[in-house]
Amino acid sequence: MSATFLGMPGNFPKNSARAVQNSQLRYNLRKATHTIRGKRASVVGELPDWQELRAAGKAIKDETLRHLDRYLLQLEAAVTAAGGHVHWARDAAEANRIVAGLVKATGEREVVKVKSMATQEIGLNEALAAEGITAYETDLAELIVQLGDDFPSHILVPAIHRNRAEIREIFLDRMADAPPGLTDEPAALAEAARVHLRERFLRSKVAVSGANFMIAETGTLVVLESEGNGRMCLTLPETLISVVGIEKVLPTWRDLEVFLQLLPRSSTGERMNPYTSTWTGSAEGQDFHLVLLDNGRTDVLADEVGRQALRCIRCSACLNVCPVYERAGGHAYGSVYPGPIGAILTPQLRGMGSELDASLPYASSLCGACYDVCPVAIDIPEVLVDLRAKAPHGAAERAGMRVAGWVLNDQARLAAAQRAASRLRGLVPRRLPGPLSAWTDTRDLPDIPEESFRDWWEREG
Amino acid sequence: MRVALFITCVNDTLFPGTGKAVVSLLRRLGCEVDFPAAQTCCGQMHVNTGYREEGVRLARHFTEVFAGYDAVVAPSGSCAAMVREQYPKLVKPGSRGAAAVAAVAPKVYELTEFLLDVLKVEDVGAYFPHRVTYHPTCHSLRGLRLGDRPARLLRNVRGLDLVPLPGAEECCGFGGTFAVKNPAVSSAMGADKVRGVLDTGAEVLCAADNSCLMHIGGMLGRQRTGVRVMHLAEILASTEEVKAS
Repeated sequence: MSATFLGMPGNFPKNSARAVQNSQLRYNLRKATHTIRGKRASVVGELPDWQELRAAGKAIKDETLRHLDRYLLQLEAAVTAAGGHVHWARDAAEANRIVAGLVKATGEREVVKVKSMATQEIGLNEALAAEGITAYETDLAELIVQLGDDFPSHILVPAIHRNRAEIREIFLDRMADAPPGLTDEPAALAEAARVHLRERFLRSKVAVSGANFMIAETGTLVVLESEGNGRMCLTLPETLISVVGIEKVLPTWRDLEVFLQLLPRSSTGERMNPYTSTWTGSAEGQDFHLVLLDNGRTDVLADEVGRQALRCIRCSACLNVCPVYERAGGHAYGSVYPGPIGAILTPQLRGMGSELDASLPYASSLCGACYDVCPVAIDIPEVLVDLRAKAPHGAAERAGMRVAGWVLNDQARLAAAQRAASRLRGLVPRRLPGPLSAWTDTRDLPDIPEESFRDWWEREG
Repeated sequence: MRVALFITCVNDTLFPGTGKAVVSLLRRLGCEVDFPAAQTCCGQMHVNTGYREEGVRLARHFTEVFAGYDAVVAPSGSCAAMVREQYPKLVKPGSRGAAAVAAVAPKVYELTEFLLDVLKVEDVGAYFPHRVTYHPTCHSLRGLRLGDRPARLLRNVRGLDLVPLPGAEECCGFGGTFAVKNPAVSSAMGADKVRGVLDTGAEVLCAADNSCLMHIGGMLGRQRTGVRVMHLAEILASTEEVKAS
């Protein structure tokens, strides 16, 4: 059973300070993020109309979110007409209760899972375990995380913090049917997982998935994946339960066309992902349940600046290009949503009541690389700055900022402060005390000049 | 042309040499330079740290001070981006001071934009016989989209050997208060930037922002690398007669 992020202690500066000391992690992350970053840049560069596609993706999402009520009701009607059952979940607890009830009604005690961010967000696996139901992850990286009793650290590649030697050890230690002579060759590791999972696919009667998109006009759900485990889970079991965030709806199939171009290129750096599965209600004879999840999304929708985060299609391009994520790793964010998108999504979905969540809007140098690569043009720096204005501030910092504001708001006060600094210039120690040591631990201070520019200008300008 | 120099609070207080260089460079190119003494700070530190109220007050002060000039030149990509990109969002249309923002913000130029786009000068007559590498700071690169403007100016400096910086487009880790709020990650990013600078074999690292240079330079200094950091303006101001200090 993988661990849960809920109630994780600490804060981003402390968590990331630990992570930067881990040379193996730094190496793994640098190698992996730079590889995917390069692949994305090359396939995005092939398309002369990428910026137009990006603008279209943004516009479609904005239009859908503006009329979300209408499209969700249209989706519900279409899914129901196709023989599916639609359930509405206000929060994580309600969604978990609905899914657990549906699984129990089948009499089964096991489910297979397609990789899904929504079910991780609500802690579904843990909630099912509490009801005596075992959930088996079938995506290779999710399987590695689950077997290792670990946290996911990336949206697309949850085990990005593990290298193949570590994965081999997890398999030998935790996977009962792992071959004894298992090597750390990628093909051997994949084959061991394939054999292990095949048995589960054939045995399981219930599957749980998420969805990348839901099409309102026909009630069709869409999953994009690379390994074929999704196709197995979506087609073999007798009952399929899909938990999907309400923001995943698209009006029409024509809209989907835009996202089938944007997502794979941004996400895995491929022109097209290997498997795209679509299904409509119970058309294939399965018993199909759709759980529509709010869990804070309508509150986000009410925020004029923050609502753009709901355009996110979970591609991870922002993680792969983020210099902070590359050094801090995903666990430091204490959420299933790490990286730049996590830094704006988690505080909006969970609030900023905990020390960790309040530190997330500051987990960025505002370099803007995330905004540049985002396929739906989420201005992540803009949302970060907006969240910082809403975040709780420490008393000492607030006092310091107020004084700085008072000094900077008047030329005479600024000039007086500059002259005082010049007079004291010989007394500044090389290492500063208290919170200012955060600067001088690794960097020299600049020399304070004998006179400020404004004093020079007055004299000689 | 009547040009106002927006020195920025960081340059005013810590790097007056950059301001002097901009003045001498612009005068050499025939501009009349004015320094409105009431200017203080653009408010970026406050806004980006979550103190919007103080930031808005500074933004209103800025637009009052710089009203009426043909052009406002700042030797900082970051502060110029703050005024041009963030002010219109900060002081919402219809609110007090919005008209002043709309009038002043488009006239604010980062130095290299002013030289190339307004004065249309690519060769400023500078002389600087050193091996130099250029770090495109994030707000110059992805905020203002300065593109190759700094490189075009540097390539025209006589004697200057411009070497490309590996991983140039990556953030150096300064990020304003990020540098002290997340010092471990900031320093890790800075360490990688320092490695890139050392790989070039350059004597001088230059940029359009002294704040980023203060961070990278602080690390270069602490590690006793012997690499100097200089604002781009100081290189462009340097001539055979008047050497950069």
